[in-house]
Amino acid sequence: MGIGFSLLLIMALLLAVFFGAGVLGWHLLFGVVIPYAAATIFLFGIIYRVVKWGRAPIPFRIPTTCGQQKSLPWIKPSRIDNPSSAAGVIGRLALEVLLFRSLFRNTKAELRDGPRLAYHWEKWLWLGGLLFHWSFLTIFLRHLRFFTEPVPSFVSFIEGVDGFLRVGVQALYITDILILVAVTYLFWRRVVIPQVRYISLPADYFPLFLILSLAFSGVLMRYFFRVDVSAVKELTMGLVTFHPRIPEGIGVIFYIHLFFVSVLFVYFPYSKMMHLAGIFLSPTRNLANNSRACRHINPWNYPVKVHTYEEYEEEFRGKMREAGIPLEKECG
Amino acid sequence: MYNARSILSGLGVFLVLITFPFWYNVGKSAAAPEPKLDTPAIQQLSRKQCVGSTPYMRANHMQLLEEWRTLAVREGKRVYEAADGKKYEISLEKTCLKCHGNKAQFCDQCHNSLSVKPDCWNCHVAPEGR
Ligand code: HEC
Ligand code: HEC
Ligand code: HEC
Repeated sequence: MGIGFSLLLIMALLLAVFFGAGVLGWHLLFGVVIPYAAATIFLFGIIYRVVKWGRAPIPFRIPTTCGQQKSLPWIKPSRIDNPSSAAGVIGRLALEVLLFRSLFRNTKAELRDGPRLAYHWEKWLWLGGLLFHWSFLTIFLRHLRFFTEPVPSFVSFIEGVDGFLRVGVQALYITDILILVAVTYLFWRRVVIPQVRYISLPADYFPLFLILSLAFSGVLMRYFFRVDVSAVKELTMGLVTFHPRIPEGIGVIFYIHLFFVSVLFVYFPYSKMMHLAGIFLSPTRNLANNSRACRHINPWNYPVKVHTYEEYEEEFRGKMREAGIPLEKECG
Repeated sequence: MYNARSILSGLGVFLVLITFPFWYNVGKSAAAPEPKLDTPAIQQLSRKQCVGSTPYMRANHMQLLEEWRTLAVREGKRVYEAADGKKYEISLEKTCLKCHGNKAQFCDQCHNSLSVKPDCWNCHVAPEGR
């Protein structure tokens, strides 16, 4: 169900841009208006989501821990897996973000004859996810050559490393192949693993299809249906310098590619892809496990009306003295 | 907002990074590259026409070069017949760079602007100077 719906949505988007930019020639709409709108929605959407998350109180510390907590000096604590300091938290988050460490622990449970429960290594999701994210980042940074003048040396460097293979006389980017393989795998596992398929929704398939279409249109444009890349840079530079212009003669495949990016940017703040920011705002990840050492005050706590012992004694001093009950302050 | 300092500074860093192209180019003209066509060889042409149409050349010259290389090196054909029937000797140095002898003001203009670095000139000889 989710697959069909997501595919239909992608098809509708493709048809819209093919008709709009290709047949009707609405280049200003698809080349300038929609990209600007998408960038605006992206930026404000992200700010909105992050601020909204920031307003949610954290009643108590809930870091996930996978190692020995810091306690007595002669028990060796696990500084990264059970961080007790800010440095430990930063180290753990960095490893998580850069290497997907928790995904590396992924295991698969299976019921064997006996019946016997067996767990085994399952590293494919980790590998596919890592390849996908790193390829995406590389491709994202490589695209900066269209948005900078002169192109900074770090962009040329990334391009040089990523493109040291050749197809014909052109550079063949390794990440182009990796991202297609990785996204295809991530989709494939959703379909063939019954448990994963059961929990997959259109919100899972649609981003995958969107990114796959985006990458595929880019690959088609670069290696098969070439467009005038110099003119493309004229358009993109017009966008980032706020002097938008539409050069003549850019093929429709470019507008398709640009439209898919725009849709991705619009959809981003409202989708599961917000885990870009969410990972940093997860209380299970960004808190130190130090609730025994430091007091964490629940921000929900409303002011409770209390009657302290001093006040109590003050109130009943006479009666208590008469009854011979010992008083903390003899005279008052 | 809770933990406002860390959350807002993280958000700030992200916004600065993601808007890099917008502030990096501030105050730069960012004009499109203008490959120069004023070589003697081109000035002598009666009809100012490349091997293919200009839009085709702009988008596909690398594929034409690949085709030429395959024709010359693999199939031993040294003559290419263009779509308009004109015949060209297949050669990067003696044909393309005879008309476009100003490599630095022509090929490199576009390539530098897009940080494209064809490795052809490791082996092929680019015309000196000019
Ligand atoms: C007979 C001379 C001649 C030869 C040979 C020739 N060109 Fe050209 N080329 C021209 C002319 C003239 C133009 C400009 C056409 C115009 O103004 O529309 C041009 C335009 C171009 C352009 C577009 C430049 C722009 O202004 O946007 C490219 C790219 C190009 N040539 C590459 C090549 C390559 C690569 C080769 C070798 C395969 C080649 N040319 C061979 C004469 C030639
Ligand atoms: C109108 C601008 C322009 C002109 C003029 C031009 N090129 Fe290019 N050329 C490009 C662009 C843009 C690319 C890269 C396309 C891409 O990245 O997909 C390119 C790529 C190439 C490539 C493939 C390299 C690679 O790594 O992708 C070769 C080879 C090449 N050009 C040769 C030439 C030669 C030789 C000349 C001069 C006769 C020339 N070009 C003139 C714009 C131009
Ligand atoms: C490793 C060295 C080397 C590199 C790098 C190289 N070539 Fe060549 N190329 C050759 C040799 C050798 C020949 C054969 C010359 C002959 O048979 O006349 C040749 C032939 C050609 C030919 C056909 C004949 C001629 O004289 O031009 C073309 C076209 C060509 N190369 C284009 C390119 C392009 C475009 C690039 C850059 C993307 C490139 N080559 C990079 C070595 C190289």
